[in-house]
Amino acid sequence: MQKRYPGGREALAGVSFELARGELAFLTGPSGAGKSTLLKLIALIERPTRGTVLVNGQNTSRLTRRRIPKYRQRIGVVFQDHKLLYDRSVFDNVAVPLVIAGMTPREIGKRVRASLDQVGLLDRESHRPITLSTGEQQRVGIARAVAGRPDVLIADEPTGNLDPELSLEIMRLFVRFHEVGVTLLIATHDLDLVAQLGQRRIQLVGGRLAGDSGA
Amino acid sequence: MIARWFRLHAQSLAGAFGRLGNTPLGALLNILVVAIALALPAAMQVLLTNVAGMAPAFEDAADFTVYLELTVEEDRGRDLAQAIGARADIESTRFISNIEGLSELRTRSGFGGALDSLTENPLPHVIKLRPRPATIERLDALATELDALDSVEFVQLDRQWVERLQAILALGGRMADIVTALLAAAVLLVIGNTIRLEINNRRTEIEVLKLVGATDGFIRRPFLYTGFCLGLLGALCAVVLIAAGLLLVAGPVSDLATLYATDFTLARPGLRSIGILLGGGALLGWVGAWIAAARHLRAIEPV
Repeated sequence: MQKRYPGGREALAGVSFELARGELAFLTGPSGAGKSTLLKLIALIERPTRGTVLVNGQNTSRLTRRRIPKYRQRIGVVFQDHKLLYDRSVFDNVAVPLVIAGMTPREIGKRVRASLDQVGLLDRESHRPITLSTGEQQRVGIARAVAGRPDVLIADEPTGNLDPELSLEIMRLFVRFHEVGVTLLIATHDLDLVAQLGQRRIQLVGGRLAGDSGA
Repeated sequence: MIARWFRLHAQSLAGAFGRLGNTPLGALLNILVVAIALALPAAMQVLLTNVAGMAPAFEDAADFTVYLELTVEEDRGRDLAQAIGARADIESTRFISNIEGLSELRTRSGFGGALDSLTENPLPHVIKLRPRPATIERLDALATELDALDSVEFVQLDRQWVERLQAILALGGRMADIVTALLAAAVLLVIGNTIRLEINNRRTEIEVLKLVGATDGFIRRPFLYTGFCLGLLGALCAVVLIAAGLLLVAGPVSDLATLYATDFTLARPGLRSIGILLGGGALLGWVGAWIAAARHLRAIEPV
């Protein structure tokens, strides 16, 4: 796929790879390599200039604006800056995608607690995100992303603001999700961290594919 | 499916009241602005209804009053009334002697004292007559014919003043419509602007919601409910304002009615009118929010 921004800057040039269901891959490369752009194409925040993104066999280029919400409900996204809603409790933050999906309060309660349990924050459900540490806030973001049991979970520099120890903890969390069958694509510039985990690595440099440790 | 729909709407409604409660002062000011804008046209309607209520029943509208010359004797007047009553185009006549006329004036005008000081009766005999239903041209012709009779001073069509009053009421009604339209537009703008600010304040939240797959409808809904609540609460306050206004003028009006020796009482807006006001306020709020949401929500996209 290719993505050219207005003004002619080419963020992605002919990148092509496949991620199997249940697979975990780290998307690495220096700043400006096109990692974020690639994730934005998957989340349909941006549209490719050329080429196609297939998710679950569905060609995202064919999705009209009206159908994007339904599509995004099938994608879990984790952000570097968490993007939590600070006027709501941890529970309510994790519940947002489930409320959008129209689940019953019972079902929402069950799923939110399951997600919070997985990230180890079950005892913080009634706290406000602002009272949590950065690492904990990121785990709330991850709980929100997995609560809806998405087809694929994408994360853009999820450890960008964390110290090495917390970063490793977050990445281990992703690996654990991978072990229970979640499909994940995680963008990070932290090569040492990725090396420690020994998973598939897709390397981008200057918008081109510079290496893929195996599919 | 339906349960889901109700749940989502109930959540939005509760959320809308909750958010209004978060900024009580701002919400109160908005509600008051809406209330005043709604109360003005509603008050005009109440006023018009009351003035229209002062006009006599419509059946009197075609009546003629025939004033006889002062020199005409009572017996001659009664004969004339009978003669006119025998005509084919007259339904009924009623002779009112100058004595009856004076006593009626005494009781109805409130000038009793002044009238007592008169040494002689200044009033002529009068024949009230009701023509059979006919076109306005025929009635005018009848009036001219009666006017030409000997011993008739002049003929007054009661219809005239009713028509004038109705023309004035029609003008008042039209002006009330214009004021209503202008103030309804003002309510739309006030609520639209409030919702626009609210959308800007919650920009980050909207972006996050869009990112996790919220539909336009889901994001719009709480804003529509906020508009709905503002409109409805504004209308409720308008009802209170009008009730207070009626209470304030009730005393002076009954004093005035006593002075004119009538039993006029203020007509209060009925449940139907109150329902229209509340429904109209809520609808304006909803529509104003819809316009603002349609314009501004689309512009917010996650980046």
